[in-house]
Amino acid sequence: MNIYVIGAATTRFGELWGISPRTLAREAVVGALKDANLEARDVNALFVGNMLSGMLGGQEHLGAFFAEELGFSVPAFKVEGACASGALALHNAINSVLAGLYETVVVLGVEKMTDHKPEDVATALMGAGSEAERLAGATFPGLYALLARAHMQEFGTTEEEMAAVAVKNHYHASLNPNAQFKSILTVEKVMHSSRVADPLKLLDCSPISDGASAVIVSRNKGIQIVASVVATDTLGLAERKSLTELKATREAGQNAYKKAGVSSHDVDLAEVHDCFTIAEILAMEDLGFCKKGEAVRTIGKSGKPVINPSGGLKGCGHPVGATGIKQVVELVDQLRGRAGARQVTKARVGLAHNVGGSGATAVVHILIC
Amino acid sequence: MVGIVSYGTYIPKYRIRLADIAMAWKKDPGEVVGSLGIEEKSVPGIDEDAVTIALEAARSALHGELVEALFVGSESHPYAVNPTSTIVGELLGIGNNYLAADLEFACKAATAGMQAIAGLVAANHIKYGLTIGTDTAQSKPHDILEYTSAAAGAAYLLGRENVSAELIAYTSYSSDTPDFWRRDGIRYPTHAGRFTGEPAYFTHVLGAARDLLQKTGMKAENIDYCVFHMPNARFPRDAARRLGFTSDQLAPSLTVDAIGNPYSASSMLGLAAVLDVAKPKQKIFMVSYGSGAGSDAFLWETTGNIKRHQPSVKKQIQNKTYIDYVGYLKQTHKI
Repeated sequence: MNIYVIGAATTRFGELWGISPRTLAREAVVGALKDANLEARDVNALFVGNMLSGMLGGQEHLGAFFAEELGFSVPAFKVEGACASGALALHNAINSVLAGLYETVVVLGVEKMTDHKPEDVATALMGAGSEAERLAGATFPGLYALLARAHMQEFGTTEEEMAAVAVKNHYHASLNPNAQFKSILTVEKVMHSSRVADPLKLLDCSPISDGASAVIVSRNKGIQIVASVVATDTLGLAERKSLTELKATREAGQNAYKKAGVSSHDVDLAEVHDCFTIAEILAMEDLGFCKKGEAVRTIGKSGKPVINPSGGLKGCGHPVGATGIKQVVELVDQLRGRAGARQVTKARVGLAHNVGGSGATAVVHILIC
Repeated sequence: MVGIVSYGTYIPKYRIRLADIAMAWKKDPGEVVGSLGIEEKSVPGIDEDAVTIALEAARSALHGELVEALFVGSESHPYAVNPTSTIVGELLGIGNNYLAADLEFACKAATAGMQAIAGLVAANHIKYGLTIGTDTAQSKPHDILEYTSAAAGAAYLLGRENVSAELIAYTSYSSDTPDFWRRDGIRYPTHAGRFTGEPAYFTHVLGAARDLLQKTGMKAENIDYCVFHMPNARFPRDAARRLGFTSDQLAPSLTVDAIGNPYSASSMLGLAAVLDVAKPKQKIFMVSYGSGAGSDAFLWETTGNIKRHQPSVKKQIQNKTYIDYVGYLKQTHKI
């Protein structure tokens, strides 16, 4: 595909109580424009990935909102797909350039979540689930706990093995200046953290975060995007064919490898959607990095692909709409050799995996340098 | 010199164990108690409220002085319009020639009264003024605040003569920070979760404290005791540590460990617990905190003539009887 990332930037992620969504967006977009050596007037369109601006902030119309804030008088769109909003926005931006509609497109992922009580955020996030799940009183930790239980039952996966994912991601995050958490974890610390939705404990769960990330795509040379694929599955877990795989991930991954002309073995690093530790395990298997049920054997071991060098959602933070774009920013930094202490050696092929809800939407991007 | 002439406190005798509240909501009692650092909290009797508690505290602070100002600070005044202060004044029998005012500022209502009355005394406009912090703190069942919201009262008579502890200096730190609030007509307060920590409690407590240390040219090591507002067992300990105080300097004030957080009476009760044990010529550093937000900081120095309050705070803490969760719901008028 004749499409490249020519600019990329991210804010730090965290509890940014003193920083407004406008300021976050400006920081990310101005950073990306600077990175691309472009000015505001060079931009032809703006795609904004975000999930909760309406439910938590009373503001839905984000295309126009951020176009005004950023000084772009251009076509602007809000794209929503729960926690996959960022990658979906990028997918749409890519299509608009490939279709010849726009030349230089800014994709902004932004989310502001920490100004609200956790209960209110958890309720709003259930907008990504099915009505039946909402009526049953489920929240996302609960839904992923079901997936964890199924995996434990079928493959003997243990809580300690899931905890190892959090430990590894916090280690990566400690090397990332933009990460929300810099603390080093141990399996023991994870095991002793409070139960949120059994078997998931506090430290098995990604946090509530604020942040923004932006990339600029065009046909000019940069880091090449060789695949951008979306797949969907049933909204609710009850309607899934299997609880030990995310079919949307598998489909999106397989189609992406085909489009890119690579296989899972060629991937040097992958930013996957570890909203909960079990989610990373499922992603590693469903993206073909390991056989089903065997992902836990490779966690923390050296070898390719390196999973979540940014710290993932768990360590870096998960401002929902920003995550999908942050993943691509991380890939771009890695592929350019600018990832500092967390640089993956000889990084050539990178994969970003962004999931909406409990697997109802999955988006996979593959980038190559 | 202007300072505390005498003081009085009152803690209702009923206690509910946090573990019993946790078990009612199917939460792990060990986890709740461990994270809050509190085992039990005080509960008002079914016929007690901020007014009765204020009265009990104030009675033991007065020894016939002519009170010319009476301020009552609370966030559970029984009336939105009708003064608690004159009900208490009437029952204390202080006559009619006094300034009465009801104050509200979350948990620091009464310490604002301390500063105001200190000013009136220092200006020689009044001889004695009484400030009372009192609360029967309300919290929504199943909310995290249910574990710590408690009841107590503390009264301080300020004046120029027969001073037990001189007021050396004071500062305040105030801002518009919406960490915890209750709209008029709404029964239970709302709070902003983790936002109540660093941007709220710590910014204001440390702000007022550092200002006071600078103003007086003092360091923590030159001071004998410290008292901080106590919403849970962790915050005052963190604040003390960050200002350079030792755990020994803080320990006598930590009434929260035994009875929870009685809101407007919290830091004032902590101060009383320290005055109960302080020796003459000792310095006490005290910082209150009220959500919304603000902190009042005070540096006191005991004189050679401390009029200790009886029964002591320790004795009042020990005078207790346990109730169960149903009893708690009845006594706090939820059922």
